[in-house]
Order: sequence, then C-alpha cells, then structure tokens
Amino acid sequence: MSDPVAAPPPAAGADEQPMLQVRDLRVSYGAIEAVKGITFDVHRGQVVTLIGGNGAGKTTTLRTISGLLRAASGQVIFEGERIDRRPGHLILRKGIAQSPEGRRIFAQMTIRENLELGAFSRKDDGVEADIDHVYELFPVLGERRTQKAGTLSGGEQQMLAMGRAMMSRPRLLLLDEPSMGLSPIMMRKIFSTVRELRSTGTTILLVEQNAQAALSLADQGYVIETGKIVLSGPGRQLLDDEGVRKAYLGED
Amino acid sequence: MSQLLQQLVNGLVLGATYGLIALGYTMVYGIIQLINFAHGEIYMLGAFGGLTMWKALPTGLQTKNYIALPLVLLAGIVTSTVVAVLMERWAYRPLRGAPRLAPLITAIGVSVFLQEAVRVFYPGAKGPLAFPALFTGKSITIGGVEVKYLSIFVVALAVALMIALQAFVRTSSTGRAMRATAQDPDTAALMGIDINRIIVITFALGGVLAGVAGVLTGMQYGAIDVHIGYIAGLKAFTAAVLGGIGNITGAMLGGFLIGIIEALGTQYLPQGSAYKDAYAFVVLILVLVFRPTGLLGESVAARA
Ligand SMILES: Nc1ncnc2c1ncn2[C@@H]1O[C@H](COP(=O)(O)OP(=O)(O)OP(=O)(O)O)[C@@H](O)[C@H]1O
Ligand SMILES: [Mg+2]
Repeated sequence: MSDPVAAPPPAAGADEQPMLQVRDLRVSYGAIEAVKGITFDVHRGQVVTLIGGNGAGKTTTLRTISGLLRAASGQVIFEGERIDRRPGHLILRKGIAQSPEGRRIFAQMTIRENLELGAFSRKDDGVEADIDHVYELFPVLGERRTQKAGTLSGGEQQMLAMGRAMMSRPRLLLLDEPSMGLSPIMMRKIFSTVRELRSTGTTILLVEQNAQAALSLADQGYVIETGKIVLSGPGRQLLDDEGVRKAYLGED
Repeated sequence: MSQLLQQLVNGLVLGATYGLIALGYTMVYGIIQLINFAHGEIYMLGAFGGLTMWKALPTGLQTKNYIALPLVLLAGIVTSTVVAVLMERWAYRPLRGAPRLAPLITAIGVSVFLQEAVRVFYPGAKGPLAFPALFTGKSITIGGVEVKYLSIFVVALAVALMIALQAFVRTSSTGRAMRATAQDPDTAALMGIDINRIIVITFALGGVLAGVAGVLTGMQYGAIDVHIGYIAGLKAFTAAVLGGIGNITGAMLGGFLIGIIEALGTQYLPQGSAYKDAYAFVVLILVLVFRPTGLLGESVAARA
C-alpha cells in the first residue's frame, strides 16, 4: 500500500489469466436461488463493476467470493486456485478483502481498533505505517482515531470501512455499494479513492447501484438482473447502451 | 455495625465465586448468544478435578499447601477447560445455525448428563466428598470484623483473574478479535478472524475461571458434591443477567452484588437463612421486569 511496489499495468490485457474467475456460480438461501449461474472475470489491475437493481444478487455474489456463503454449484478461482470451499478467514489471507454493504464498521470500537482489525491476519511490522497511510488518505479518521467508530457520519464510516479493508494489503478489493446513502461530495471522494487505489496496483471489484459513476470508471462492467448476467462490456460501452441507460440511468 | 461489615465481607467472598462463573456465561453469550446452562457443571467438574489431583498426591505432599494448592488449582483449571472445549466441539458446534431453542435444550441435556456421569462413575460421588482446605493461617480482625486468610485469598485471586481477563480482552489482538466477533461475526470473518477459533478460546477462558471457582468453593466449604454446579450456576447466571448479559464488567459486578444481597438477606430478613438460595431469583425477576438489559447492558438494538 504505502511502499513503492512497481504497479502492474493499469489496464491489463486479456491475454494473461484473469485474477478472479467466477464460473457458473449458483447460490441459494434455502429454497430461494438468489444467484442463478453467473460467470465473469476480473483481470489484474482492473476495476470491474457489477451493477443491477435491488435484490439482483450482487451482495450474494460478493459474500460468496469472500467465503461467507457457500455456493450451491459453480466455481470461484482466484489466482489459479479454487477458493469456493474455503472458510472466510482463509480467503482474506489469500489476498481478497471486502468492504461490505452497509459499511459494517465495529461501532463500539475506536477508529484505530477498526483499522487494527483490518490488519488482523498480518504479522509484518508495516502495520503502523499503513495505519498512518489511511490517516493521510482520510484525514478525518486520523483526527478522530481514539473515538468510537459509531460516532462517525455515514460517509466517514464508509472511509473507515474502505481503509479497514485496505489494511490487509489485499490484491483484490471487493467494494459493496460504497456510495450508498452518501452526499454527492462524499460520493466523489469515495470514487476518487477507488481510482487512487487502482493506480497503486489494487484490483477492484465494485458493486454499485450508482451505474453512472461506476461505469464511467470501470474497465469492464456486468449488468446483473434477478441472479443472471444480462449484459457485459467495457464500462464506457455499457454507459452508452440504450437498455442500460433506460434501466439504470433513469432515462426513458 | 460490625455485623453489617461482617456480612459485606461474607458477601464479597460468595460473590467472588459467582462472578468467576458468571464470566463464563456472559462471554459465551456475547459470542454466540447461547445461555450455556451446562456451565455450572463445568464449575462442578473443576472442583472434582482438583480433588482428584489432591487424592493422587503422595501423602507427604497432601499437607504441604504451597505445593498442593497450585497443583489442585491447576488440575481444576485443566479439567474445566477440557470439558468446556469438548462441550463446544461435540454438543454446540454441530448445532451452529440451528434455531436457538436447539442448543438451549442441548445445554440442559449436557448439564444432566455431566451430573449423572460424575454421580455414577466418580468413586463416592453419590454423596458429599470431603475437600481439603489447602490453606492454613487463621484470621485477622479488621475494624471488629473477623476475616479469614482464606477469604482474602479467594477474593484476591478472583479479582486478579478478572483484571487479567479485562486486560486480555481490551488490549490483546485475540481480545480485540473476540470483541469484533461478538459485535458482528460475519464482518469479523472478513477481517481474517477464524470465528471457530475465537469460540473455542471463549469457552476455554470460561472454563479456566470456572475451574478456579470450583476449587475455591471446595476449599471454603470443605466438601463438594455433584449438585454444586446447579444452584451456583443459576445464581451466576442471574449475576450475568443483572450485570447485563454479554458485558464482562457487568458479570463481575453482578457476581459481587448477588453475593452481598445473599449475605445481607441471610442476616437481616426473618428466617433469612432458610431462603438464602431464593434471593438471587428475586433479583432475577426484578431485573427482568424493570431493567431487562441489566445494569451495564446495552439495548439489543445498540448491539446489532
Ligand atoms: N439472508 C437471506 N435470506 C433469504 N434471502 C435472501 C437473504 N439475503 C438476500 N436474500 C435474497 O436474495 C436475493 C439477492 O439479494 P442480494 O442482497 O444479493 O441483492 P443485491 O443485488 O445486493 O441487492 P441490493 O442492491 O438491494 O443490495 C434477493 O431476492 C434477496 O431477497
Ligand atoms: Mg446488496
């Protein structure tokens, strides 16, 4: 994160093997199938976005990748290795972190403790420097480091959730609706942070309902409806797609 | 006046044991929202483990308290911890994700099973068994109150363990992971925390404290039987609820309060000693009616 590792090329070519491959993934809650066989790739260095309306299955997909839910069938392959049978804590250790929907910060703990928890699996001595780096990125977190995280505003909590996810130095970062409920200013801050993260070499899988913002920054986008991918393509191209504009950008 | 002080001292000594047991209830509840009704049996088995160690000592060592006491305490701790960890693994883990009634009924079953197993298989356990005092020294008189050295030892050891537990939970990385798991297990897993490991550690910590409490009880009363876990467990559970279930400081506070209420009730209420086991439950009812979240508990909404 803070060390000057040579950044991989921002828009990696499709020639190399994808960092994350999701293959015909199906996930159910009891009798209800929420994800009905979806397939997509995330290439190293890219920002890939999943967009879709309420209940489309986006969160279910991310929670399955992170090992919090078990797939009924299909595969999740990360850096060439199947991870869909692994428990959640080992998936983080593989290099996949998630900033979950609704932020889910530890409200009763201090901001600093939240960041320390993000680095729970790390044994190296760079944690302190990375915490300082998060404080640089989001100065409000540094100013209030000893306060309970529950006292932060919604936007500040989102910054904390992202900072916390970055603390494990993930190679792949999953962001579930980071712009949810934020003011336009706060939203811009969050999206510019996503750009910044990409420029330092972190690969990002971004779930959004704010299709405009997500697609204008994504290298690749997938549109998901009731558990199925209905459309995919480069972000810019989807942004110009008539169906997408009608369904997700409020045009008619 | 000195009678009042005497009862306060008695209450603190009683409460030290209740508090140690209550911590096990409250920590397990905090992590997996289970009232482990078999926790009283973990405490009872600690006393039996300690006694077994003492009996196994060569006669020459049995009276050397500075050797026997640490060994007996250690045996009590190991017994309770092993039982607590196996209980989690065999009885509760298979029911993770089941409706909440299932582990609760299981807990009652485990409790009856352990009591009966000890009663049937432990030599002489069909009746009370003598327990060594392991502590010489008479007593000192402070402000007209006679305090046994053993009482001072009991309270000091309990308080030291409680302080150590607090320090562990507040400052260590594992303690932080325990608090994170209590607040939001899914998100804790996203941090790379192995939830199963945290649950095992929680049961084990509860076992350590219950084991100490079991041995201390034997030392104070000079006898143990298979039923000591039942009443002490219920009182400690009340202490945990009084303090605010899930709250560590609350469990200690609740333990001492229940001890003091019991001591004062025994002394000052008409026929007080006949009802000594009832005061805790009067408190339980009052708490549930007037302050269900306990003295230090947050509302359920704030926890979520
Ligand atoms: N715990 C659950 N139990 C049962 N059904 C669930 C559960 N969680 C989600 N679902 C259902 O699964 C489907 C997909 O939900 P999911 O949360 O993945 O959607 P989403 O795309 O993230 O939606 P949103 O944009 O509103 O967050 C929905 O129909 C939802 O009702
Ligand atoms: Mg969602």
